[in-house]
Amino acid sequence: MFKYINKRLVWSIITLGTILFILFLLLQFMPGTPFNDEKLTPQTLAIMNAKYGLDQPFMTRLWIFYSNVITKFDFGISMAIQKNWPVGDLVLPRLGISVRIGLQALLLGTFNGILLGVLSASKRNTWIDTLATILAILGVSIPSYVFALTLSYFLGYKIQIFDIIFNYKDPFFSSLLPTIALSMFIMAQTTRFLRTELIEVLGSDYIKLVEAKGVSKFKIIYKHGLRNALISVVTILGPLTVNLLTGSLVVEKVYAVPGIGSMLVNGILTNDYNVIMMIAFIYSALYIAMNLFVDILYGIIDPRIRVAKGG
Amino acid sequence: MSYRKEQFESVTLQNTEQQEMLASNTGFFKDAFTRFATNKGALIGLIFITIILGLALIGPSITPHIYNEVITTNINLPPRIPFLENFGIFNGFWEGIDVYAKKGFDDLYYWFGADGLGRDLWSRVWMGTRISFLVAFVAVMIDVAIGITYGLVSGYFGGKVDLVMQRLVEVISGIPNLVVVILLVLVLKPGLVSIIFALMITGWISMSRVVRSQVLKLKEMEYILAARTLGASSFVIILKEILPNIMGQIIVMTMFSIPNAIFYESFLAFVGLGLQPPLASLGVLISTGYQSMLIYPHMVIYPVIVLSILMLSFNLMADGLRDAFDPKMKGF
Repeated sequence: MFKYINKRLVWSIITLGTILFILFLLLQFMPGTPFNDEKLTPQTLAIMNAKYGLDQPFMTRLWIFYSNVITKFDFGISMAIQKNWPVGDLVLPRLGISVRIGLQALLLGTFNGILLGVLSASKRNTWIDTLATILAILGVSIPSYVFALTLSYFLGYKIQIFDIIFNYKDPFFSSLLPTIALSMFIMAQTTRFLRTELIEVLGSDYIKLVEAKGVSKFKIIYKHGLRNALISVVTILGPLTVNLLTGSLVVEKVYAVPGIGSMLVNGILTNDYNVIMMIAFIYSALYIAMNLFVDILYGIIDPRIRVAKGG
Repeated sequence: MSYRKEQFESVTLQNTEQQEMLASNTGFFKDAFTRFATNKGALIGLIFITIILGLALIGPSITPHIYNEVITTNINLPPRIPFLENFGIFNGFWEGIDVYAKKGFDDLYYWFGADGLGRDLWSRVWMGTRISFLVAFVAVMIDVAIGITYGLVSGYFGGKVDLVMQRLVEVISGIPNLVVVILLVLVLKPGLVSIIFALMITGWISMSRVVRSQVLKLKEMEYILAARTLGASSFVIILKEILPNIMGQIIVMTMFSIPNAIFYESFLAFVGLGLQPPLASLGVLISTGYQSMLIYPHMVIYPVIVLSILMLSFNLMADGLRDAFDPKMKGF
């Protein structure tokens, strides 16, 4: 197991390093310079260039970039959103709210998904199953920003129960709509996946044995079926994270949530490259961490994987 | 010692019986088609895709308005459709006022209303659908081609080639698509080509994985060995023996990639990396319409409905195809 975790860790680090290199390369091709203030004289520009090491040759700059990012988590200064502010000071305080909404959505989505999945698998071919299937296909197909727009129009504007835009004073209540919008896809995927898994598990021999012993249907599903079906649901956490990251961008934009997703959109709109780079890096790191977590978790839950992958 | 034919009795089936059995045999694709045709959801999806595709092709030309013609007097006109207007819907009312009557336009009909520059939304929606289709199809076709080639080569040749190619895939798939697409479009400047390129770069990975795993399974089969024994070259084996047998999976994967590409295109538009005017995709229409959503909901409602139905139909159809080609195949 340790050998396996080690191997995965090494690969994650290699991937992160590659991402950093790609980011650095792209930064070279990005139009514009970090210092686009027209009031700067050539002398100041030279001093600035020297200060940020931009007058150095390529390899030195690459080295400086790596060491700045790794040791100080320094991605340079903001060029547009808050001129000359270190990007880290802008981005990091906003991380919390994004992570919070993401986690809330993950919890809500998986909870609803498990509920719907269990309902539709245990009441197979009834109207409940049909309803759950329709909900699931809707959730999978329709982009999260459409949900966000619909929710904010009807619940925020027409009925006015919720705030249309995020409210600092009431972070939990006003994070509800973004959370719901983000959780739809998660709910749908979990429902679909769990339904297939559960139907398969419920058809297996050991469930038949439990049935023959006269255990109640409720107990069969929750104690024997769900436990086994849930193991494989862990595997879709990776793809779900991708969707959360993508969704967070648009949903945060719709509700003006002061998170990193909306900041990335702002960065894109104002060409603030360093901000874009840093948030892109954070997203990649989150994604890699999630994949690593899922693989390790899966190995812990299911001993068969552990044996198969060596360790 | 000699035998005569009469001494023996045939134990095999009679020729006629064999023929009877052959008659009931259905081919793989025919079988899949029968299963697909009985799938209600998939058929609904197919019908809606056909309708939307048809409207995208003829929609802009069946209205007197031109999709990019700016008419300042017609700014923000609400939707109005002849005949339907008598039933209280699409009657040109906005917040209780008949805008058309107020402006004195008696014979003017904007079926989906007009946008903030007085452009006809009906034709813009269908032009946008056209662009969305175009982006999705081109991107998917290219990434399918790359994915199939990559997967075939990696799976078939195996060994060191496979190892190197799979390590590369591992590193690339470690980067979220979102990041790659955004950065690529930024560097290449937003536009049709750069969006297609970015979608292409990220789209082939999953296809190559599916193809590779199928090839790994197939290449150990005896009929491949037979073909090799008969002297068939790798190229012929890949093209003639392996590819036709994984066509089902490829079609299913392609069908799942199309809604994905449509989604990414609209997503890029929504975050400000969409197509540049005068081109407009569904995503561009939604992202501009949503800014005035609370005042003029008609500007965002129609592109959203078309996009949602389109995504839904493609997913339904892909699900149906998956069940049709491989009833046991699951996963997403």
